[in-house]
Amino acid sequence: MKKGIFQTSLRTSLIMLGFVVLTTLMLALTYSRTHDLITRSEEQEKLSLINEVLPPGISDNDLLRDAIEIAPSELLGNSTPVTAYRARFRGKPVAVVLEATAPDGYAGKIVLLIAILADGEISGVRVISENETPGLGDYIDIAKSSWIKGFDHASLSSLPDDAWHVKKDGGKFDYMTGATITPRAVVKAVHKALEFFASNRAELFAQRSKK
Amino acid sequence: MSEMSYGEIAKNGLWKQNTGVVQLLGMCPLLAVSSSVVNGASLGIATLTVMALSNLAVSLIRNLVPTEIRIPVFILIIASLVTIIQLAMKAYLHSLYLVLGIFIPLIVTNCIVLARTEAFASKQKALPSCFDGAMMGLGLTLVLACLGGIRELIGKGTLFSGLDLVFGESAKSFVLTVIPHYRGFLLAILPPGAFIGLGMLIALKNRLDAQSKRAAAQPQLLHA
Repeated sequence: MKKGIFQTSLRTSLIMLGFVVLTTLMLALTYSRTHDLITRSEEQEKLSLINEVLPPGISDNDLLRDAIEIAPSELLGNSTPVTAYRARFRGKPVAVVLEATAPDGYAGKIVLLIAILADGEISGVRVISENETPGLGDYIDIAKSSWIKGFDHASLSSLPDDAWHVKKDGGKFDYMTGATITPRAVVKAVHKALEFFASNRAELFAQRSKK
Repeated sequence: MSEMSYGEIAKNGLWKQNTGVVQLLGMCPLLAVSSSVVNGASLGIATLTVMALSNLAVSLIRNLVPTEIRIPVFILIIASLVTIIQLAMKAYLHSLYLVLGIFIPLIVTNCIVLARTEAFASKQKALPSCFDGAMMGLGLTLVLACLGGIRELIGKGTLFSGLDLVFGESAKSFVLTVIPHYRGFLLAILPPGAFIGLGMLIALKNRLDAQSKRAAAQPQLLHA
């Protein structure tokens, strides 16, 4: 009887092991077959987002390869290192594309992609991820309205500090009635990102790219 | 369980035992992604694929697996199938993956998949099992699409928005704006809308069932 139990357990665990090996093999095979394609689509997606915020033809370098990591900074609102991409034309820096996080959205963090030209002017802003109320606070998304284009061409020198607010707070930026918390958070995050750029400009372009 | 005809299997999956409105299994994705027709139907089709394949696989190995370890083996098979589909989707339908990506792994936890492998595939031949998985999945897809349609229509006044995520930019023109200049009805888009909509679908199905029962009972009464 004892031997019977031992044999049954051994047989059962061997069968289980067989299935584990088999499914792991299947997974490994699929992974290796799709890996390149997935990396390519992810890069494509990143690039198309970057191209949306940069003026066409402004750079001649491979942005995805000219990237640096920015350590957590209070001005960018990131808690983990984020990647910044540098646009150059004939080796001369023309713009930087970086991620900034607005921690104080209506429903959590709003992550933005901001392109800043070398002279400190904003070339474009897009929302990467947000959780704002659908139909109310989500007009910051380009798919819903062109509100976010209100940042184009703004810079620290063109607008004084007290203009970097929504109109309700005495600033220059539009908002929609019933949803002021969302644009307020975005305006603040963009303003702080410009301040970050102003104080780190030289270093941002000089740093050796990580790849 | 005795053998069932394909017609019976189809009827079970699509109507009598419909996972969405009768068994009420898999509520998690049902409520989360049914905010538009395209989202609902896409996750439905992904679930359908997983169910058909996992039922097929489980049925093929049903005589190899000792009863004691059948559940872990089934879960192993389902989880790998889901991961394979997730990787494939990420590679070939990337923009759709961005919308549905976080819900795909949840198919593993969708009890309907395990329930069908255990209740049907572990006792039946391969082809009927595969067909059962597909029909159960199709039933779920239809409910998801209906619920998505109701919520999208009431919430945004459109139908088929987001079709371009599946078929590329050219599909943008297929989006129907049923109610132009609609201001939107937030409740339908937010999670409560899913509960209310599902409740109404269940009520509708029960009413239809009751009606056909009454219709079937009436002639007999006349003869008596």
